[in-house]
Amino acid sequence: MPGKMTLDQILASLFPAGHSVGVTEGLIIGEGPFGGGRLVVVGIDGDTPLGVEGALVLSRAVLDAIKAGESAGALAPILVAVDSDSQRMSRRDELLGLYECLAHLAKTLLLADRLGHPTVGLIYGHSAAGAFIATALATRVLAALPGAHPSVMDLPSVARVTKLPLDRLEAMAASTPVFAPGLDNMVATGAVHAVLDPTQPLDAQLSALIADLPAGDIRDRLGRERGGRPVAQAIAERVVRQARGG
Amino acid sequence: MESLIFRHKIRTPLPGTKRAAITGVVASGNLEVLLERVLPPDACEVAVETAINGYGDVWEAVVADFVARAQPGGLRISINDGGARPDTVSLRLLQGVRLMEA
Amino acid sequence: MAAADAVSWYEASARQRVAAFLDADSFEEFVGPTERAMSPHLPLFELPRAFDDGIVVGRGRLDGRPVLVAAQEGRFMGGAFGEVHGAKLVGLLRAALDVKPSAVLILFDTGGVRLQEANAGETAIAEAMRAIAEVRAAGIPVIGLIGGRAGAYGGGGLIAGTCARLAVSEGGRISVSGPEVIETNRGAEEFDSRDRALVWRTMGGKHRRLTGGADAYVADTVAAFREAALDLIGRAPAFDRATLEAEQARLEARIARFGDCRDGAEIWARLGVNDPDAVPALTDAAFLETAAGVPEASHDAR
Repeated sequence: MPGKMTLDQILASLFPAGHSVGVTEGLIIGEGPFGGGRLVVVGIDGDTPLGVEGALVLSRAVLDAIKAGESAGALAPILVAVDSDSQRMSRRDELLGLYECLAHLAKTLLLADRLGHPTVGLIYGHSAAGAFIATALATRVLAALPGAHPSVMDLPSVARVTKLPLDRLEAMAASTPVFAPGLDNMVATGAVHAVLDPTQPLDAQLSALIADLPAGDIRDRLGRERGGRPVAQAIAERVVRQARGG
Repeated sequence: MESLIFRHKIRTPLPGTKRAAITGVVASGNLEVLLERVLPPDACEVAVETAINGYGDVWEAVVADFVARAQPGGLRISINDGGARPDTVSLRLLQGVRLMEA
Repeated sequence: MAAADAVSWYEASARQRVAAFLDADSFEEFVGPTERAMSPHLPLFELPRAFDDGIVVGRGRLDGRPVLVAAQEGRFMGGAFGEVHGAKLVGLLRAALDVKPSAVLILFDTGGVRLQEANAGETAIAEAMRAIAEVRAAGIPVIGLIGGRAGAYGGGGLIAGTCARLAVSEGGRISVSGPEVIETNRGAEEFDSRDRALVWRTMGGKHRRLTGGADAYVADTVAAFREAALDLIGRAPAFDRATLEAEQARLEARIARFGDCRDGAEIWARLGVNDPDAVPALTDAAFLETAAGVPEASHDAR
């Protein structure tokens, strides 16, 4: 079984004809030829935490893609590739309004998606908490590569906060996908749409995902089908039904 | 976690027409009480889900005392308990009954 | 029940807030406690459940106009997002696209994701943010109100940042990482989580209002939040490229101008506040005057 794909390998597989995607201080920005047009790539590499500056660099790139789409008439898909830590944990980031910067990044992706740019996430390494929500989870579909490791909080920290012994938590994690970190659990929850095949060309797999984008947010339906979230879809639908009915 | 259920026969139905009421919050030292007017007027049922095991006798006594005082005929009362003291439990039950009588 | 102008937002339960906030007797709850839509996961942790999983959602009227409301109960599991809790909020937002209310109001009171249901909570937060974007794009304002004991932390802070407008009271806090998490990860030198004054200077309502992180600052009463909500509904920015370009510029300018500041008081000084160290002790009325004199505090870029 091949090891985790590096960003360079991923980019080579997405852009056999070459690309201009670069990484600066852990932030991925660039584009390349794709399916007769362009594919914009933004993201985070190297398990880097996401702080206020990084969020605004990425959101600027997304807004540029939207701007380019307006003038070019063609709406480039946007790939959000992540191997990130969590949000940067510092007094300074919170002082400067990290919640606004991360939400802003998510909003630019959500707007791009609304305007017709297919947005696809690709988690190929780590990601966690606020960084995950602002990037990969803000796309229309989120794909993963084997070896990816999304998490909300690592189990030892969960043990400390919940005051439960770590080995007990680990045993509980074997019986439910709802709380422990890991790719399989995020697939079961419906957050991760599909796991790609690293031995096959990624550009074709991405094209297939884009060609088959779900019309709306189907994550809760996937969560029910896969058993990771047995009740979420039904509860949301019940709320909608009662809102319509009364 | 422990599940307890107490059933009582009541002489008089609780006055009022309110179908349901809820009071309290599930938190440490607190509880939430859901009251529903769904039983025959001479019946009362109190179902408890509690995070603190081993106090069945105390719950039984608190509930019996409350039932005698409030005469909650027709009510199914459901409790989610976060470890409240008996006097807090009594208080919430009586608060709940007052809401149902309104 | 006391008149709305006497009811403390901070002290009230989610249900009490909703009842006092909306027009009298106008609230109709969806998936309420009698339906017993409880967490399927808490029993595994031997934790007590709540009949409404800690969030109240429904419809009502605000000054005669139809609105949808969600109110988190900060005292149940810290108001944190679990599977059912999150699904109720997501369902409410999706319902807005159908019933087209005058506004959706989110009464935040949350520490973020519920660890016992972390993956479900986190996914629900992402779903809620997507749904808010859709509701805003449909021309329906989504207004966040923050003033409870849990604040709007973690994923709750991100959802707040997705709203069109935010109102905050002094007691409200908005942040991604909480003080304890920063201290655990980076040490007390970086953030002494027991220093309450520091917490409020960094994440609290007054700081957020002065830096434009919230659009309205209100007294700790239901009446004040109600008045602010009505005002904000009438001036909610559109969800479009112009708004997000303006927000990009606003946030970049903030980092450029205050990126080397160590403390909230330093930022307030640069904002031109007369006696920055006195800000925390200012009465609400005095603070409102101060905020009115700070240009960065008020904008249409959210």
